Amino acid sequence: MHPILSALKHHKTTVALVVLEIALTCAIVSNALFLIGDRLSNMQLSTGVADNGLVWVSSNSLREGGTPGSAMSLEQADLAALRGMPGVTAALKVNSLPLLNASMWRSGISVQPGLPKATFNNIAMYLGTPGIVGGLGIRLEQGRDFLPQEYADYSPSANQAPPSAVIVTRTLADRLWPGQSALGQPIFMGEKGKYVTRVVGVTTHLLNPTLAGRANSEDNLLLPVRSIPGGMYVLRTEPSVRDAILRDIPTVLDRVDNDRIITGSNSYARTVSDYFHDDRALIWLLLVVIGCLLALTALGVVGLSSFWVQQRTHQIGIRRAIGATRRDILRYFQAENFLIVSGGIALGLLLAVALNLLLMKQYELPRLPLAYLPVAALVLWSLGQLAVLGPALRAAAVPPVVATRLV
Amino acid sequence: MFGYYIDLAWRSLRRNKVLTALMVIAIAVGIGASMTTLTVMHLLSGDPVPTRSGTLFYPQVDPDPSPTASHQPYDVMDYRSALDLWNAHRADRQAMVTSSQLRLTAPQVNLPPLMAQMLSTTSDFFPMFDVPFRYGGGWTAQDDENRARVAVISSDLNNKLFNGADSVGRTLRLKDADVRIIGVLAPWWPSPQFYDVAGGRFSNGDTAGFYSRPEDVFVPFQSSLEINAGGFQPFTCWSMPGDPVHLQNSPCVWVALWVQLDSAAKVGSYRRFVADYATQQKALGRFVHADNTQLRSLMGWLDFNQVVPSDVRLQTWLAFAFLLICLFNTVGLLLAKFLRRAGEIGVRRALGASRAAVFAQCLVEAGLIGLLGGAGGLLLTLFGLWLVRSQPIEYADLVHLDTTMFLATFALAIAASLLAGVLPALRASRMTPSLQLKTL
Repeated sequence: MHPILSALKHHKTTVALVVLEIALTCAIVSNALFLIGDRLSNMQLSTGVADNGLVWVSSNSLREGGTPGSAMSLEQADLAALRGMPGVTAALKVNSLPLLNASMWRSGISVQPGLPKATFNNIAMYLGTPGIVGGLGIRLEQGRDFLPQEYADYSPSANQAPPSAVIVTRTLADRLWPGQSALGQPIFMGEKGKYVTRVVGVTTHLLNPTLAGRANSEDNLLLPVRSIPGGMYVLRTEPSVRDAILRDIPTVLDRVDNDRIITGSNSYARTVSDYFHDDRALIWLLLVVIGCLLALTALGVVGLSSFWVQQRTHQIGIRRAIGATRRDILRYFQAENFLIVSGGIALGLLLAVALNLLLMKQYELPRLPLAYLPVAALVLWSLGQLAVLGPALRAAAVPPVVATRLV
Repeated sequence: MFGYYIDLAWRSLRRNKVLTALMVIAIAVGIGASMTTLTVMHLLSGDPVPTRSGTLFYPQVDPDPSPTASHQPYDVMDYRSALDLWNAHRADRQAMVTSSQLRLTAPQVNLPPLMAQMLSTTSDFFPMFDVPFRYGGGWTAQDDENRARVAVISSDLNNKLFNGADSVGRTLRLKDADVRIIGVLAPWWPSPQFYDVAGGRFSNGDTAGFYSRPEDVFVPFQSSLEINAGGFQPFTCWSMPGDPVHLQNSPCVWVALWVQLDSAAKVGSYRRFVADYATQQKALGRFVHADNTQLRSLMGWLDFNQVVPSDVRLQTWLAFAFLLICLFNTVGLLLAKFLRRAGEIGVRRALGASRAAVFAQCLVEAGLIGLLGGAGGLLLTLFGLWLVRSQPIEYADLVHLDTTMFLATFALAIAASLLAGVLPALRASRMTPSLQLKTL
């Protein structure tokens, strides 16, 4: 080791440059890998509904002067027609779906009556018409589905009593009643908590329509209603005929009443995929950046090692002439590279943690798991060895006779 | 001498094509990445009303009657507060705004009905924000008062419905009401669409929606309340609204107010006016938190909402870190290149070239690499921007390279390569000629 270190002392600037470059690469690559992992874990969240078989459509009636009653009968007629389509196993209406990326009604709730201000705020409210739990494929961990008589006339934006039954998510249940069973517990809603509804079921998972960060992404409750003005139809289909059904929906709805605008329709799988578009774009970008950075660093190492090999041709010749084998020369350059890269990695790990602290502050990211650091270190060590191999082999090929020449 | 150095640099670059290509590519990639993100950043963080953004302000009050104080007033106002402040006419200009969706048809035009975004606002909106007109003009304060059934439409809607012809005087059917078109806008797309910005601090960095196109129809505020009753969505409510159709007296916030204040003195007096209004409302029993008022400037309001999407900021940081690594790489390669020519430099020094001359010669070579890298970087930037444009994001159509950014590309490339060249050039010029000559 000693001769390598003293040789490096002659190239302080260049060594410092390579060490800095590797340190920066190490810091950025480990944080980029972590960002990728973070986004990927977001994308793998379970929506809580049957992603693959669902299709949704929203339409807006153009009929003027309609009454709530006529809107409801049109809704029933639409649903009957949609259920009649071959391949449709269920059709119902909801106000929103997980990851639909549209705003929805959020409300404050309490677990005690008569409080002046709700204790749990921003709870997303899902509304669904009969068949919601089975139709969307929502899995209940505890309790039961809604009973037919529990579906009530209710709109969250009007100041009226909610349906008597409610289904909450596991996460919300644990937040509202830590350590207790949620079944049968009352939830108080409305001004000063004057209305009450009781929990009949708990879902394993049900994501909110939008995820704001990772916190509270399943803070929602599901209420049984008879009809939803506005809202959207959701169809559970056989996945094989899903696209055909999606294509035929406008015709089927127009046959019921053609005085309407179809304002949107899509398969649910595509809706979910669209929701994560930005995350995918960022992942690709980070992958490209990681690739370019590693390539650049490798090229930098190749360039400098070749320069050193060329500069030291004479010394290599002398070493060979006094008995060093080719393998010794190869080992020398490999060891030198290992030392430099190790220095870079040591500095890089500190930088990586510092960069992560900055990101945590700026983007509310979690702490970098330490497992990422050895991965980045291993990648850089192998990259360095790979990059130095060419120049080192060239060095090993220098014949001893060079020593006798006057350069 | 400069011409001679360029000639020397060119020869030197051609002598070792692989090394040269490596350096040029490193700079080009670094510049391409940073300029792409910088252009997007420049575009998204720009001033949407460059002519008078310094005079535009956004008042906020806190109508929430609950006893617990909130840290910040709501992002928009309740109808009554907005109307009171607007009615006072204490600013040079003032406009209430709120956006809603409604059904739109054009009689005599054979097109299916559309769901259009309507902006409800008041007459000052157009002069206050320098909105450009193609045909006709905005409405008057009198029209606001009379609840006139008039509308201004966007250039996009005019193209869609009337093929871009002068449609002033024609009729539009908004929901069930007929309105007369009195103005058609020239293409207008402020970035961001600042007057609708609210709630950015709750969006967790996902703010691309602030860069969508402006609304298609602009209608006098009071007229629009009649036309689209029930179509307005509250921003938020502090308690359950009794009547979801008429939000005017609801416990909800949904109307924004913008004011133009032409001097610092007026800003101060308007700030006092808003505070006085809140105190007065507290005395009347309508407000509880009278001291919770704000008057932010336009740019201050955009900053508060963190309008630039966090992904874009992250990408910009990443790109510059990338450029930094490219620079380290170039420094290393240049050092190797110059030191390899130690013999040649020794001869030049022995023949009388000063250290400064050698230094200058090396820098010229570095600058030439920067110029080539800049050209490559420009191509990569154009490619990068094309990639951004092909993404389904709201601001995709806005993305383009303007002259400033075009020149900035080359400036950055040459500055970066000169910076990278300083250390190697310094080392090269410090070499002792005698030592180098001996080894020749």
